[in-house]
Amino acid sequence: MSDSPIKTSQSALGRFWRNLAGAPRAVWRAAFRSGAPTTDRTRSQFVFNNIFLHIHAVRTHRWSLRWTTTMGLGIAAAAAFLITVVTGILLMFYYKPYPEAAYDSVKDIHFVVPTGRFIRNLHRWAANVMVVTVILHMARAFYTAAYRRPREFNWLIGLGLFAVTLGLSFTGYLLPWDQLAYWAITIGANIAQSPREVTDALGITAYFDPGGFQRQLLLGSDVVGEEALIRFYLLHVMILPLALSTLLAVHIWRVRKDGGLTRPADADRRLGPPPGDVYPVFTDAPMKTYHLAAVVRGRSPAVGKGPENTVPSMPHLFYAELAALMVTVLVCLALAITWHAPLKEIANPDVPENPAKAPWYFLGLQELVSYSAFMGGVGLPAIVLLGLGLIPFLDREQEGTGEWFGGPGGKGLVARSAIFGLAVVLLVETVAIGFGWIREWYPEAPQLLITLLNPGTLIAAAYALYSMWLVHRYDSVRSGAMGLFTCFLCGFIVLTIIGTYFRGPNWTFYWSMADWPKH
Amino acid sequence: MTTPTPSSPSGPSRLDPEPTPRRDFLGLASLWAAASTMLFAAIGMMRLPKAAVLSSPSKKYLVQLPDSLAPGEAFEPPGRAVVLFRDEDGVYAMSKVCTHLGCLIKKNGDGFDCPCHGSRFGIDGSVVKGPAPQPLAWHKVTRVGEAYMVDEGVAVPTGAKEQA
Repeated sequence: MSDSPIKTSQSALGRFWRNLAGAPRAVWRAAFRSGAPTTDRTRSQFVFNNIFLHIHAVRTHRWSLRWTTTMGLGIAAAAAFLITVVTGILLMFYYKPYPEAAYDSVKDIHFVVPTGRFIRNLHRWAANVMVVTVILHMARAFYTAAYRRPREFNWLIGLGLFAVTLGLSFTGYLLPWDQLAYWAITIGANIAQSPREVTDALGITAYFDPGGFQRQLLLGSDVVGEEALIRFYLLHVMILPLALSTLLAVHIWRVRKDGGLTRPADADRRLGPPPGDVYPVFTDAPMKTYHLAAVVRGRSPAVGKGPENTVPSMPHLFYAELAALMVTVLVCLALAITWHAPLKEIANPDVPENPAKAPWYFLGLQELVSYSAFMGGVGLPAIVLLGLGLIPFLDREQEGTGEWFGGPGGKGLVARSAIFGLAVVLLVETVAIGFGWIREWYPEAPQLLITLLNPGTLIAAAYALYSMWLVHRYDSVRSGAMGLFTCFLCGFIVLTIIGTYFRGPNWTFYWSMADWPKH
Repeated sequence: MTTPTPSSPSGPSRLDPEPTPRRDFLGLASLWAAASTMLFAAIGMMRLPKAAVLSSPSKKYLVQLPDSLAPGEAFEPPGRAVVLFRDEDGVYAMSKVCTHLGCLIKKNGDGFDCPCHGSRFGIDGSVVKGPAPQPLAWHKVTRVGEAYMVDEGVAVPTGAKEQA
């Protein structure tokens, strides 16, 4: 390209036709300037010339690409989110957020709209897959001690993503406006109101009523009606997806900024020399006349330890991520083909579902809520979230970073904690189901006593004490954290199973559905 | 940052602290203007979602009790979360909304069961079992001709009945 007009033999008209014919290729080249990613240089340009890809580093450490490092769980969660976004936008073509009309439109999507039922199934199942993978991803990050410095903040972002994911699932639950939706949201909105359990017991609700405020903010009314539906719709399709996308971008970006994925200090030694076809950027005898200078964060000088164990992100990392995406799509497709998303009768404010069950991942909480609304629905979840958020700031140790179950105690400690966690939750539940709780023994017992002393708080207290003992026994905060996390995971699983399979009408315990009362 | 400088007879030294330049003043002013605007905008936006008037159905309504209603027999007007009784002492109305998490209770024998989390209430609304923290609310009932006016907005103590 020169400033002066080029004299060519062709006429202007000839150049016009030639440029027109070359236009598609020229547009392509204007968009993707670096050419095919074949060399180390063009592979780097492939990443950093692309606003979406450069959220990743240009090169990826070989440790990060091992299957056991992440099992692709984070990417799977992001992929599931992507599926819910695409299918969700498609569902918005027909969905009408107004009571009755909402139910009819979902019914239309289910029975009339071409591919509507399949898209809705996919949306529903991708949401479930997302919840599962987010929980597993968090467990992976925890058990490999990936929350440690300098990744504390990213762990907090991850907790935010977890909360928003549950919020998205919960708000989506109301939208079909069927019986399932209506009564689950009634319960949910009253859980938001449950701080009243404490303020009522203290007799201060008239002056200080955070519970009533929260419920009204959520429902925009005293009842679950049109105001509640439009609010949940707004949260579900606009506010929470935007919040999640923003947090997700920061989350992935911080992985890069925090030095890639966690790896053990001796990862390079354990990996061995890089394969022959890996072209290192830094070498002892660079074939270049310049040096790359960089300020490297870390505990040891990086001099002479160039990132030889990295490989270009294109194609190594991106192909692996693409594979995780495709596996997620496959799983969601298989689930969506096999099981339909449920649609019950239209919401009837006069007749509650019996039993009225929340989505499965809230049934553990619903089990706790059946002892104390405040503790099960607000108190304990808040304590758990706070505890999870504090972990990286309490555990300032080094041992076991980047290793599965790394830290003093290791796998054995996790196994013993799982046994302890299961034993405690099963024991307390057995007592509560077999013999009732304080109200049945002493009907006059004050509510505050039950709020403070119920199966949920007992289980949590037992776990906390056990964890403190582990801290003392192993002289390590990490050991206590591993024990506590494992216990809570076991408690969550057992309570969820009880809530899902063993609770029938009136939330009574039944060994099987066949034992439910018959008409 | 101020550095002690020797006073110079020939005007201010270049080491003297400079007065705040106009550019800095404008920069700070725009910064604070933006910050305070954001703050007030945020307060205003937070004010919006809390409705001043709630779109709830009316809480006062008339109920015609059937003549055949026996003492201890529940009368549940359709579409209203309320249950009425008539006995020798009078007529009274109780909320059907479980004080635990807002499901509607159902009469069962000499009390009420909540289908959601198994709370059980006595016939007067007292908690017998389960997680409900409060007894069922009693509503104000007023006789209007042959019918009764129930006001869900006004609570009355347990046991307060309207003369039949």
